[in-house]
Amino acid sequence: MPSATSILSVRDLHVTFSTPRGPLYAVQGISFDLGEGETMGLVGESGSGKSTLALGILRLLPLNGKWTAKSISVMGQDVVSMSERDLNSAVRWTKLAYVPQASQNALDPLYRVGDQFVETVAAHAKVEREDVLKKAGTLLEQVGVDPAKLQSYPWELSGGQKQRVMIAMALILEPKIVILDEPTTALDTIIQAQILELFKQMRSFQKLSSIFISHDISVISNIADRVGVMYAGSLVEMASVSDIFKNPIHPYTQGLRESVPDVRKNKPISFIPGTPPDMVNPPPGCRFHPRCPYVQEVCKKSDPPLLPYPGDHYAACHFAERWVKQ
Amino acid sequence: MGEAIAVSQPRGSGPILETRDLKVQFKLKGGHKLSAVDGVTLSIVRNQSLGIAGESGSGKTTLGKTLLRIQKPTTGTVKFEGRDVTKLRGKELREFQRSVQMVFQDPFDAIDPLFTVFDAVTEGVRVGRIEKSRDKLEAIVSDALKRVQLSPPEEFIHRRITSLSGGQRQRVAIARSLAMNPSVLVLDEPVSMLDASVRGGVISIMEDLKKSGTTFVTITHDIATVRFFTDTLVVMYLGQVVETGATKDVVSDPLHPYSQALIAAVPVPDPSYHVKSLAKGEIANAAAPPSGCRFHPRCPYAQERCRVEEPKLREVRKGRFASCHFAQ
Ligand SMILES: Nc1ncnc2c1ncn2[C@@H]1O[C@H](COP(=O)(O)OP(=O)(O)OP(=O)(O)O)[C@@H](O)[C@H]1O
Ligand SMILES: [Mg+2]
Repeated sequence: MPSATSILSVRDLHVTFSTPRGPLYAVQGISFDLGEGETMGLVGESGSGKSTLALGILRLLPLNGKWTAKSISVMGQDVVSMSERDLNSAVRWTKLAYVPQASQNALDPLYRVGDQFVETVAAHAKVEREDVLKKAGTLLEQVGVDPAKLQSYPWELSGGQKQRVMIAMALILEPKIVILDEPTTALDTIIQAQILELFKQMRSFQKLSSIFISHDISVISNIADRVGVMYAGSLVEMASVSDIFKNPIHPYTQGLRESVPDVRKNKPISFIPGTPPDMVNPPPGCRFHPRCPYVQEVCKKSDPPLLPYPGDHYAACHFAERWVKQ
Repeated sequence: MGEAIAVSQPRGSGPILETRDLKVQFKLKGGHKLSAVDGVTLSIVRNQSLGIAGESGSGKTTLGKTLLRIQKPTTGTVKFEGRDVTKLRGKELREFQRSVQMVFQDPFDAIDPLFTVFDAVTEGVRVGRIEKSRDKLEAIVSDALKRVQLSPPEEFIHRRITSLSGGQRQRVAIARSLAMNPSVLVLDEPVSMLDASVRGGVISIMEDLKKSGTTFVTITHDIATVRFFTDTLVVMYLGQVVETGATKDVVSDPLHPYSQALIAAVPVPDPSYHVKSLAKGEIANAAAPPSGCRFHPRCPYAQERCRVEEPKLREVRKGRFASCHFAQ
């Protein structure tokens, strides 16, 4: 699915963790393109591999994680064979920044907020301390935090303020791409709405391309242009946000959408029977087959690839044709 | 005094649980006080389902614990079937402790890794010395597991809690309360830890229990979920009730600006709809609540009056209560 305006493109990324029970296949051959200026929402249940995909792209995996990929191209530059040093000086933070999951706890409690900006910048570029602090102050103002908080310790900030600080920190070296991993998950509903509005402002202001990860498909529907749906380590569907909600192809996407309550409607919530698979011993064939209401023999034997359908819509289901809108 | 009336009150009439002007204060360092619950009056009607919604720091969980007598009120009362729960002793107290059960948020967070489903589900029954024989206990567990749709029970009864998925653990937590055969079940964030695709399974169990006569109190920040299985909704802010009424009315037409902000912020699975943040800033520190209306610093409609005069909870429309000077 190459696209002329692709700013980030990933081909056949695999990540395997070694665990005491054997290899755990966390990401199993993912390919996608992020268009310039686009927000891609990445949705999936706990353990589906969303964070691992982000860490794999950034090549920031823990020591027990092994990765392979045909290519990972960031603004036209293939990073697969790049050294750690080059990644740090030429890619991470300057082109591609990252707001980690549970980032409220990612700030070091022993250092003042301002010093954390300085440290982050020092790892990726040569900028004078004074200049970093000046820029950080401006950014904090933009994200709605009093610049005086540069003097504060993280524990003096609320959860919402810490999340705003983390977003400002991701933007300090003016990256073109930002990956945000569950940036609103630990926050109260009203604060979540504030952060979503803030993110929308920042992305148009800074002309960002982004990957926004969430387990909450309602949050994704608010923020994304395109949506990738992950299940058990694979992308099972990818389409524009309106197609994901109006014309979903994959039975998992259909089931997920029906499982989510809509506060405006008094409709009972349905659910998908069973639970997501154990990734050390995943089921053969399509990994969704044990929970799929439409399962056939072929689904138990062969794993369907992600294929294109009309309207830039991709799905990995043997029976996709059934749900493709003619 | 009230005792005589309570004794003669027939079972099945009047609220099963009620609070009157309940206050819970915690003492902080330096002589400061924090009012986690500050003057809450509620009636929980038999066979009904009540939702308590609010942000973290609104006092929801403390209120829940006070209903269970786990937390002592500083002033005010909690009555169970007309009797002050702090005055219950002996047999009556044990009966109360069996009848009102709470399912905590992430109840097996720090569990002993050797604990099995059997151990977890029978814990209350064993501690309360309600039943001792192994056969009877197994029958109780097996029945409770069936009610939460963990079947066949034989497959789950000897499994370790740590080997279960999140949705299965939450069912075990509910089964453990059901084993006590309660009349009231208080649930603290019953599904917020669960993945979307399995939430509906736990909710359908609660719907079945409701049909079979259990009274529910659900404490949550997730209004989209409580919408379906609560009859009445109570919205709390900084230890106080700011709005209450039939859930469908409060959700579709909230009267208090805080409820309006809370509901406008709920994301919806529809790309043509966008959340709105109607309230500015964040919830104040409960140790130093704002003067007048506690919501006034965040309220888009705040007037001078809101800063100085505390609004009372009043019946704004029939059956609809809100504590806002300007609600109508
Ligand atoms: N360091 C690690 N060692 C072993 N297994 C790991 C490690 N990190 C992640 N995993 C496993 O990899 C799989 C994918 O995990 P990942 O954290 O990417 O999922 P996720 O979709 O981000 O989930 P969540 O919604 O809970 O954040 C899971 O089965 C997880 O247990
Ligand atoms: Mg994650």
